[in-house]
Parts: sequence; structure tokens; C-alpha cells
Amino acid sequence: MIRDITLGQYYPAESVLHRLDPRVKLSGTLLYVISLFLFQSFAGYAVATVFLVTVIVLSHVPVSFMLRGLKAIFILLIFTAVLNIFLTPGRELVSFWKITITIEGLRVAAFMVLRLVYLIVGSSVMTLTTTPSNLTDGLEKGLGWLKFFRIPVHEIAMMMSIALTFIPVLLEETDKIIKAQQARGADFESGNIIRRAKALVPILVPLFVSAFRRANDLAIAMESRCYRGGEGRTKMRPLRYTGRDYAAYSVLIVYLAAIIAVGILF
Amino acid sequence: MPILVNHIDHIYNPGTVFEKKALSDVSFSIEDGEYIGLVGHTGSGKSTLALHLNGLMKPDSGGIYFDGVDIASEGYDMKALRGKVGLVFQYPEHQLFEEDVFTDVCFGPKNLGLERQEVELRAYEALKAVGIEDDRFYVSPFDLSGGEKRRAAIAGVLAMKPKVLVLDEPCAGLDPHGREEILSIADDLHDSLGITVVLISHSMDDLAEHVDRLLVMHNGQLVMDGPTREVFMNRKELEAMGLAVPEAAAVLSDLKGMGLPVRTDLITVEEAKNEIIRALRSRF
Amino acid sequence: MGVAYAAPIFILNDIMNLLDANKLVFEYVRRDKNGDVDGFIRAVDEVSLEIAQGDFVAVLGPNGSGKSTLAKHLNSILRPTEGVLYVDGMDTTDSDKIWDIRKTVGMVFQNPENQMIGTIVEEDVAFAPENMGVDPKEIRERVKESLITVEMLEHRKASPSKLSGGQKQRIAIAGVLAMHPKCIVLDEPTAMLDPEGRKEVIRAIRALNDVENITIILITHNMEEAVYADRIYVMNKGHIVMKGTPREVFSRVEELEENSLTVPVVTKLAYELKTAGLNIPDGILTKKELCEAICRS
Repeated sequence: MIRDITLGQYYPAESVLHRLDPRVKLSGTLLYVISLFLFQSFAGYAVATVFLVTVIVLSHVPVSFMLRGLKAIFILLIFTAVLNIFLTPGRELVSFWKITITIEGLRVAAFMVLRLVYLIVGSSVMTLTTTPSNLTDGLEKGLGWLKFFRIPVHEIAMMMSIALTFIPVLLEETDKIIKAQQARGADFESGNIIRRAKALVPILVPLFVSAFRRANDLAIAMESRCYRGGEGRTKMRPLRYTGRDYAAYSVLIVYLAAIIAVGILF
Repeated sequence: MPILVNHIDHIYNPGTVFEKKALSDVSFSIEDGEYIGLVGHTGSGKSTLALHLNGLMKPDSGGIYFDGVDIASEGYDMKALRGKVGLVFQYPEHQLFEEDVFTDVCFGPKNLGLERQEVELRAYEALKAVGIEDDRFYVSPFDLSGGEKRRAAIAGVLAMKPKVLVLDEPCAGLDPHGREEILSIADDLHDSLGITVVLISHSMDDLAEHVDRLLVMHNGQLVMDGPTREVFMNRKELEAMGLAVPEAAAVLSDLKGMGLPVRTDLITVEEAKNEIIRALRSRF
Repeated sequence: MGVAYAAPIFILNDIMNLLDANKLVFEYVRRDKNGDVDGFIRAVDEVSLEIAQGDFVAVLGPNGSGKSTLAKHLNSILRPTEGVLYVDGMDTTDSDKIWDIRKTVGMVFQNPENQMIGTIVEEDVAFAPENMGVDPKEIRERVKESLITVEMLEHRKASPSKLSGGQKQRIAIAGVLAMHPKCIVLDEPTAMLDPEGRKEVIRAIRALNDVENITIILITHNMEEAVYADRIYVMNKGHIVMKGTPREVFSRVEELEENSLTVPVVTKLAYELKTAGLNIPDGILTKKELCEAICRS
């Protein structure tokens, strides 16, 4: 299950989307996420679907790879759907015992599930086509103006980038720790919640100890390679907008117009 | 016959682009009291194989039998199996977690559901067996030296009283003295306690000095299985797989190539020394 | 480059060494469970070193002998408690020189995973020159040439997590090379690798020394790797207890064993044969030497 999380993973490929400036992708994702929450109609979702499908096709990332990310939130999806179906008041559709299913309930549930699925798939398109460091570069440069409010933008971006680098390493390590404790007869699957929570201690302690050791090693390695914060730092590939990026921004403006049009018309 | 591995396959990520056959038609058996070495490249499948022996991984086809019973059969007690086939991983940091060494070693037997007294007795015996002295029992496992951590990790598994003990790269990263210590503990467990030991190692010289039988994995297949001495006579085949023979064996075979009449089925430094002296004496 | 720091002449010797340590001591405070000072531990005790540009030095020693602590002094991660250490004429306690020192002496550590910054190979290699404020175009050149030197150019777009241990460690070396250092210190770079990975890394290190004339300080407890060095220092309990060429050091088998070390297997066999009365010279390092010596005797 841990391996099913696609959010924050990069899928190397040669596509227009991969080459796009991360700031474009960030703004696009932001716009897309906002639009998902604004849309209340099928027309709105049609627009979002067109946008999402286009982006997926352009990304050259296998669809199966993106959908895998949904496995991790499957329970959440079911839970959302069930709650909405049974708890939304409105016109009665079916009724048995104390439970009533309403038309509104089905509608809200469908939207909620769709919204979540689109949200996850949409944002994983961004992370799958953008290397984490590119992403943080984009954040650092795109949000550079926050420095004037004494927000340490570079430091935050660096922390994010390190965290993203270490996710796969720590996931693999967790797997090894679990195996090592299972080999000593540890049981993570039976018992009540308290017992199960207690069973996590033999995993969490080695994981934390290791994470701290790694952090310490990494700090020394970074200092050894002359790291001293963002001051005076250059970039191997400084972010610079090209024609492709302006074209992409135009597409986003069209999308924005579509959102507004849908809002007015439906 | 404690373990029978019968034609097992294991495939990683089946049906995806990352599909990889980690084990392919592997068969062998382990008898009571054997001392076995398991070698192969990184990615040859030897660690995957080790994980199958105590049921941490399941084969996609084929079966594994412990004391004649299929471990995949309904209701098989996996926890008990893990007590019988102990597996010590390469990094002790992955298992040490308690406040002190003694409590940590108690973790395994406690999981087996034993009485407290029995748990503590076993922990005590295990720590003694790996040469950790009483005054180190109540220090934090994180304050131990590298070699001591390995020993504590071995004790943690040993306390479950396994019949078979698999040690995955127990010497990696240790200095020569630390390596010697760990290997002599493995010898002791085999010789005095009668435990079947499987040693996974990259060091052919260490294996030559210690184990009686050698399993060689290559690309997911078990390509050689036999007495250590005989396996190491296949120098060409081993080198083609990117593996080596012990230095002593290599020296003997080079000497033979240079015309000195020496036997080439000898693998330890001691044996090579005696053979070279014998060959030189008989020349005159 | 050294000319820029010519101002006061600190160097005591006539010949200017790249690394010069004089009676270096490093002490740290040991605390008991309650956090009270329990005593002082001398991890490095009066160590003196003279290492010239282009040297290949191996530092051997058991775990806890102080060799890693010594290494961390060489690029001013740690500062000496007593004694002095000059790197290319710069005092490592001089805070103004710290970045010049780190640029001069690059460090490669044991665990390749814990020194990777960046999710693709070339980003990691670019990290140091980016920190140094090198011009983007030159960064790209440096990244390329560093990756060529360690024979990893074809993997420049790969994710480090998909590489083997030996490859990761070569990337770490490339990351240091991109600083254009005069010296590279490698702290047990092969301890976590398989034999194949070890060979790759050692080959890369030897090429740096032979071709680029970069000073190499290889800390290891693998005796076979030390054979390639020009000189070996053996450390134990914070002291340098032996030094000499590999041939000299490895001919002192008993003394090495007293220091919890061994000799390479071939050397050991040669020593045993000599002890048994055969006419074999001291300090045999390779199989070829041994076979020839046996056939002659």
C-alpha cells in the first residue's frame, strides 16, 4: 500500500509537460484545483474533464500509473460516497428500514467522489511530470516576493526538496524495518486498536533513529559541499520563460475564461 | 529435514513495466546441523530467497516445506515458523528499538507468547551466546559499538531458539577484528548449539574458512549447490558471473598454471600453505 | 591559487604541503545519563601529517580509532582542540577561510544515500557549484566533465534511487569533483558496497589520482584497497601507530594484528610461507608477486 502513493513521485519521460516551466504548472494546478471546488454543474465537470484528459495525454505518463495513486485513497472515496448518499436530505429515491437514499444524495456523492478523484489525478500529473527539485525551484522563484515579508522562501524550498528526496529512501527503510521485526515474531495485524498502536513502536523507533542519523549525515555532507543558505547561490538551469510557457499560460487563460463562462451560464 | 524448497518462483511487480523475475525454479533442501554459505551478486535473488525461508515472502509458484509441512497450508503458524527459522538482517539499526539491550532481546521470545521467566532466561542465554557481558545488558542499544550492535541483533533472533539461523551479510562494514568476532560466533552457534547456519556473504575468503556447503545464486536461479571445496573448483564459471574464488584457491590454480604440481581443490590459507610447502619439498 | 593566501607564512617546513597537521588533538566531552560531564575523550591525539599535492594516502584503523574524526578536520567540519592544521596554507580555525577550505578539500562519506541532494543525478552533481555561486553555463560544463570522469554521463538524467551502490558512490565523487578540489577525502566509501561496487569506486579513485593528480585520502578498513596507496597511515586509539608504503606496513603482520587489523589474504599467505621457512620476501601485495616468489624459491 505504501508503494501505491504516486503523489510526489516523478515519472521520467520526454513530453511538453515535462519541459514546461514549473511556475506554469504550479499556477495551472492551483487554477484547476480552485475550479474543481467552484464547479457545481455537469457542464463544469465536462470542462474539467476535457482539461484533465488533454493534460494526461500530453504528459506521456501511463494512465495506469496515475490511477494507482487512487488506490491509496480508495477507502476515503467509499467513505465519502456512503456518507453523502445516506446523509443528504432531499427527494426520496429508495427507502428501507431507517435508511433513505435521495436524488440529491446521489448527486452530491457523485460530485464529491469525482472531485476527489480529479484532485488526486490532476495534482499527480504535476508531480509526475516535474522533478521535485524543479518543483521547489518553481516555488522558490514564483514565491520569491514573499522574502520581503521575511518569509525564508529559499529555506522552505530546500526543506521541501530534501523531504521529497528522502521519501523513497525512508519508505524502503520502513519496509526493511517491518520485515526485521516480523522476523522477530512481531505482529501488526491482530488485536484491538491499542495493541496495534503499540505494535508500531518497534517500527517507529528505528525509523526515527535512522531519520535523525540521516539528517545529521546529510547536514555534514551539505556543509562539506559549501552549502550556506540561499545567499549568493546560482542555479545550473535558472528558470526562464520560453515561448512554450507563454503558450501554456494562454491555455490557462482560456481555461479561466471557461470557468467564468460556466459559472455564468449554468 | 527442516527445510525443503521445491521449485519456487517469485516475480516482482507482475504485469507492469517493472516486472522482474527475482527467483526462478529454485530447489534445494537444508538438513539439520548444516553450515551453508549463500553467495551471489546484488540482485541475484539471494536476499529474496532468504525472505522466503521464514515466510516473510511467498513464492508465486512452488512450495516451501518446514519439517515436512507446507508453510503455505491453511492455518500454518507463521509466528512459530519465524521462531524456528531465524533471520538476522544486515543492519542491526533496523531492529534495535528498546531502552536497553536486555529488553530488546526479550522482544522476540515475548512475541512467541512465552512466560516472562522463560523469556528472560532465553534472552540471558542468547546474550551470553553472542558474548555480550552482564555489564552491557542495561545500556541503550543505540550506545553500543558497531560490532556489539550486530551481536545484540543476532541475540534478538537467537532468543527465539531457532533451528535454522540465516545471517544476511553479518560482517558488512565491520573492521577486521569485528568480522572475526561475528564469524566465530556463527561458528559457535553451529558447532556448540547445533544450529543450522546459513551465511549470506560477499567474501569468498570468509566462506572458504567457515562454511561446508555453498549455494550460488545468479539471475534468480540457483546455479551451483555443493560442498564449498567443489564449488570453488569452478573458477572460470564463477568469474564469468562476476564472482571470485578465495584468494588461496586462486593462488594455487595460478601456481599450477605456472607448472608447479599443486592440488587445486584447497581453499583456505592454512591448506594452501601446507600444499605449497609439500609441492616445493617434493620437487627436490 | 595558493598565491592568493600568501600573506603571513604559516608553513613551518620548507616544502609547502597541501595538508599539514601538527600535533592535532580533538577532545570531546562525554556525558553520563543525567547529562553531567563524565570525562573527556581524546578522539584524535597528537596527530601530525604531511601530505603533498598528488599523494594517495590510505588511513587504516579499527572502528573507533579516530580516523573519521581526523577526516572531519580536513575540511573544517571539526576544529582542533589543540594543535594546528593547515590546508593549502589556510588555518582551518580561520572562519574567513572556511569556504575556501571546503572547496579545496572535498569529502565523500560512507552512505551514498545520505549525501544525495537532488532527485536526478545531474542536479546532485550541480549542488556544490551552485552553492559556490558558479555561473550557470560553467556549472553545466563542470557537471558534464565530472560525470565523464567517473564514467556516469549516460546516467545524468537518472534518479539516484535507481542506481546501484557503486554508481551512487561515483555520483557522490562527481558531486565533489565539480568543486574542482585539490584533495578528496573518502571516509569508508566502500563499506556499504558489494565487491563489484567496491571495484568501480576504487577504479574511479585511482583514476582521479593518476590522471587528474588529485590528492586522495582514503579511509578504509578494507586492507585490499589500501594496497594501491602511495602511503599508509595506521591509526589506533587516536594515534598514528604505523606509517609507510603498503609494502612496508603490510610486512609488519603481527603489529597490524595487535592493532585489530589484518593484512590482505595474499600477504597473509606469503607471511605464513615465510614463517614456515620458505624464501619469500616481505610485504607481498599481489597474487602475481606471490606466485613468482614461490616459483623462484
